[in-house]
Amino acid sequence: MGTFVPNTKAQQQEMLREIGLGSSDELFADVPDQVRLKNGLDLPEGMSEMEVLRSMAEIAAKNRVFRSVFRGAGAYRHYVPATVNAVMSNETLQTAYTPYQAEISQGVLQSIFEYQTMICELTGMDVSNASVYDGGTAAAEAVALCRERKRNKALVSACVQPGVLDVIRTYCFGNNMELEVIPARDGVTDAQALQGMLDDTVACVLIQQPNYYGRLEDAQAIGEMAHAAKAKYIMSVNPISLGVLKTPAEYGADVAVGDGQPLGLPMAFGGPYLGFMASTDAMKRKLPGRIVGQTTDTKGRTGYVLTLQAREQHIRREKASSNICSNQALCALAVGVYLSTLGPEGLREAAVQCTSKAHYMAGELAKAGLTVEEGEFFHEFVTKADVPAARILDALQEKGILGGLPLDGDEGSRILWCCTEMNTKKDIDEVVAVIKEVLAC
Amino acid sequence: MLIFEKSREGRGCSILPPCDVEVYEAAPEFSRQKPLHLPQMAEVDIERHYTQLAAKAHGVNDGFYPLGSCTMKYNPRVNEQTASMSKFTHVHPLQPLDTLQGSLQVLQETEKALNAITGMSRFTFQPAAGAHGEFTGLLLIKAYHLANGDTQRTKIIVPDSAHGTNPASAVMAGMSVINTASDERGCVDVEKLRQICEGEEGKEIAGLMLTNPNTAGLFDPNILEITEIIHGCGGQVYYDGANLNAIMGVARPGDMGFDCVHLNLHKTFSTPHGGGGPGAGPVGCKEHLAKFLPGLVTEEKDGKLVFVKPEQSLGEMKNFYGNFLVVVKALTYIKMLGAEGIAAASENAVLNANYMMAKLRDKYDIAFDTKICMHEFVMDLSRLLKETGVSAMDIAKGLLDHGIHPPTMYFPLTVHEALMVEPTETESRETLDEAIQVLEGLYDLAFSDPEALHDAPHTTPVSRLDEVGAARHPVLRYAFE
Repeated sequence: MGTFVPNTKAQQQEMLREIGLGSSDELFADVPDQVRLKNGLDLPEGMSEMEVLRSMAEIAAKNRVFRSVFRGAGAYRHYVPATVNAVMSNETLQTAYTPYQAEISQGVLQSIFEYQTMICELTGMDVSNASVYDGGTAAAEAVALCRERKRNKALVSACVQPGVLDVIRTYCFGNNMELEVIPARDGVTDAQALQGMLDDTVACVLIQQPNYYGRLEDAQAIGEMAHAAKAKYIMSVNPISLGVLKTPAEYGADVAVGDGQPLGLPMAFGGPYLGFMASTDAMKRKLPGRIVGQTTDTKGRTGYVLTLQAREQHIRREKASSNICSNQALCALAVGVYLSTLGPEGLREAAVQCTSKAHYMAGELAKAGLTVEEGEFFHEFVTKADVPAARILDALQEKGILGGLPLDGDEGSRILWCCTEMNTKKDIDEVVAVIKEVLAC
Repeated sequence: MLIFEKSREGRGCSILPPCDVEVYEAAPEFSRQKPLHLPQMAEVDIERHYTQLAAKAHGVNDGFYPLGSCTMKYNPRVNEQTASMSKFTHVHPLQPLDTLQGSLQVLQETEKALNAITGMSRFTFQPAAGAHGEFTGLLLIKAYHLANGDTQRTKIIVPDSAHGTNPASAVMAGMSVINTASDERGCVDVEKLRQICEGEEGKEIAGLMLTNPNTAGLFDPNILEITEIIHGCGGQVYYDGANLNAIMGVARPGDMGFDCVHLNLHKTFSTPHGGGGPGAGPVGCKEHLAKFLPGLVTEEKDGKLVFVKPEQSLGEMKNFYGNFLVVVKALTYIKMLGAEGIAAASENAVLNANYMMAKLRDKYDIAFDTKICMHEFVMDLSRLLKETGVSAMDIAKGLLDHGIHPPTMYFPLTVHEALMVEPTETESRETLDEAIQVLEGLYDLAFSDPEALHDAPHTTPVSRLDEVGAARHPVLRYAFE
């Protein structure tokens, strides 16, 4: 068996003797006999490190990594600079606990303070927390945060990522908030329908920009409608897009959320990612999760602490704004390194390349015979074809290419495509050529 | 110095190639007008910045970390190696399942192992952390009662010694909390519990949340009676897995009568804490709750692994399938230890805690006058405070000057000047002896020079920080000119 216990058998016996116990069994004297496990754990025998590596590599080999990826829909393949993994594998930052002991945790606290600043800069908002689990839970927490005594209803656009909508629905099942879905019209949120749904019980309106179909919403108008009904306005945004697109703050949002995965985290079968969450100054004392603040020590030196803790579960218990405790601190660290490495120009360039390549690809696919749904988009777009999506995607898969996401199952024809800076013109042209072949036969 | 203060206009790294297609620009009404302040740095200065930050942090490899209830055991490096295998990191969550058989196998094997360890039937890996797991477990219980037409079951019993996340999670699940006081041993007061459950309120009880061993490090000897009482009134019993590290291979929550559990892979199963996450809080349950599980569960079909949605699933707790790479690390650990190694981990965790408690009780008072503890114990410094003016906080800060991370302070709330010590199994006797010596020295110092402890720490990058000022005048971001 493998072990990480340093004490030898002899030492263990010695320690037992010194504390007056005859055997290790006596350590568990309080455990009633009826619940004692009699025959040990039903698990395989342990292994050496070499064997474990071999075993895990064999399992990993059953996954297939595509050399070329055109799928997004909530998880994006972006370039991760070498600096990011280097910092994330720093053993101190990786193994530290939540920074409760501020005097020996200044490094962690400062990195979170820097992360908060960067999220405020990206979104234009006033205050950011230290992260939540992912974009879905960030959206769900944002909805809960906007609830007021007489406003118990959330209106969420049908054009948000379906997984995010599902998480919001689950959180509302928990806290008994009402949820109504604003219908879609021509691939964007139906503003007219929204107008009819707003009343004085609505706590918030939530949309996604760019939306699930890649499209840019008329976020200005929707925000104004929400505010006219005295509801809060929540925007879920793609952080890379903010290199070029208008910020939630410029649209008048009260809360901005999103998934930070595109900022330096691998796709990794869906996690760990992180949810970012930022609000106006007026809402800062209601935000869930950790927040780091700047202060001074007894000698007047600048330092950082976890602050506004009167919101949190370990102080307020059932009156807390959320139950969140552990968040995604190491992922937030990655985001900080990523944004520092790219810098303002690099982030802008990444965004420009995403949208440029997506537009190039959409144009080429249209020429090849697919129908591209109309409207302004960022780096994702939807196509229709006369053949089932499966035929196109299977042909691509044979060449080691992961095509877009089929939106209507195997028989439907709509596909949601995504381009990032990782997709070269050559890769795009290859996809177009394969599709031409499929359509020709 | 903040990274923004090191930034210089015009510096940067060479990351992206030139754009190889025609540049597209969004229409002006969609374009960002607000300037974007991000650091402009040469790579060397970025790396040095984070190296400096790491030097001002304290990880498991920096020294003993007996943080009660947090299980700061050693994080094996091999875990990091398996979790960084590109076939795990470079797959898209929405790839066709026949190209994801490895990931599904990780979930399936881990589930099997956790079932064996806890006595549950099925697990979901969606919850991202312990508190998220609690919320999930409570929603399972809620869905179960609603499916039975028991709409009135909205009250959850939580002992006063519980983690703050327990009541906070209950509120998120739309439940109201009945706090119950512990008995003089620090365990559940069975008679009080019986009064609640057998009284009028019984039919409104959704369940009980319990940690066993509890936050005082005690295994509740009445556990079977407790779970019976809850089941007797129609409630469900939830196991908070924060303290599972004490009992693996010794006893299983399933055999104690618990209906569902959450585990903290970042505590018990050796994955690192990352300065506050990512963790993973998988939730397991018995068969009668399995059909309500969130997300997708793995099944075998025609020799392939597939995802199946439980028939009455309560929904989705998170996008996709949870903090997957954390699960990879935990599976690596489980495979390495195996049946015997896992049991040995718990046995040694309990031995180390008892060894420290026995040695320290000459000077420090042990809460509830515990004779044998499980994987952790609580010291009560009320007497020391009264006699010397030195508090639990002062002793904790004194430890910082000796390179030891302090125990958890002021928790559980049922003990006034609490220091909760959890050494874990991965510390040697030599490390424990050294820590015992330091703690004894600080105890003596409290009598000879209490001022020195009030002013501690003396050797850290900063001294005690003004938390009141931080909350009163919040500065939560760097202000650019």
